[in-house]
Amino acid sequence: MTVSTRLAFVVTSILVTAAMSSAQVGLVPGSAQLMSPEELLQAIQAAGGEKPLILNVGPSLLYMQAHVPGSEYIGAGSTPQGIESLRRRVKTLPHSTFIVLYCGCCPWEHCPNVRPAFNELRKSGFSNVRVLYIANDFGKDWVDKGYPVVKGQ
Amino acid sequence: MRRLVLIIVAIVILVVFWQVSHRGSAPKAAVKTATLNAPAPDFSLQDIDGRPLDLATYRGHVVLLDFWATWCTPCRAEIPHFVEYQSKYGAQGLQVIGISMDDDAKPVQEFYREFKMNYPVALGTAKLADAYGGVLGLPITFLIGRDGQVAAKYIGEADMRAMDDRINSLLQQK
Repeated sequence: MTVSTRLAFVVTSILVTAAMSSAQVGLVPGSAQLMSPEELLQAIQAAGGEKPLILNVGPSLLYMQAHVPGSEYIGAGSTPQGIESLRRRVKTLPHSTFIVLYCGCCPWEHCPNVRPAFNELRKSGFSNVRVLYIANDFGKDWVDKGYPVVKGQ
Repeated sequence: MRRLVLIIVAIVILVVFWQVSHRGSAPKAAVKTATLNAPAPDFSLQDIDGRPLDLATYRGHVVLLDFWATWCTPCRAEIPHFVEYQSKYGAQGLQVIGISMDDDAKPVQEFYREFKMNYPVALGTAKLADAYGGVLGLPITFLIGRDGQVAAKYIGEADMRAMDDRINSLLQQK
């Protein structure tokens, strides 16, 4: 085996490992399934256009303090009850429904709720699902920016 | 041959950079000043074992008030440190109090036993969270001085060494 062949083998291995690693992470920042807070704000404030169904899949105590106007509380996506509630909510909807999921409980890479909820919707056949990318938490990335919120249930 | 090696090195650097930049990293806590030097809002709750938990009881102590949840990874990383603080500084007047933002008590009780927590923990309410300026992300930790004033607020996973220094400094104040 020549030196260049060996090098090519090493590089290929690295690239394959990197690709597998990113596939396991899923919903990585920059992917098309994610939506920035600015983008969601524009969508809910726009006069026309398709309005998304916004579903909160985080903890209820955080939702009660402040949530995106028009969003519905579903339940924590990390719990079986939350996933069951999500199934019930979308059961009668067309699979083309534009759905935005969000949580914002903690930094993006630590959020236990959005990935199970997203996977459940994709598994159920929903093809137009996006997830609000909240890098830090809902307070810092939405409320502190002065974006509109609603309190309560 | 040299050109091939350079191309390979460039590809590897790009892949590594892409991986790092797309995974992000846990931001360390920023200290907010919004509620600093204001009296810590009083609360009366029941802890997860049904005992009364009143902040006023701890006036004269330095209180570490931690808003957390069992499903919150940075919170789970901090709690062993808080258990250690309670053991190390309890006799000097530190009291750690945990306010769980979980929806149910059961996982909190299990977590309490698993992590051998040695300080009171109660389930939070939206009203209490509002009183502390809103808990719209976890963890959030407050340090309250012996005079009942909020001395520090940490949003996100805190730098434990800096927090330890701050606790020591507050404990020195009479």
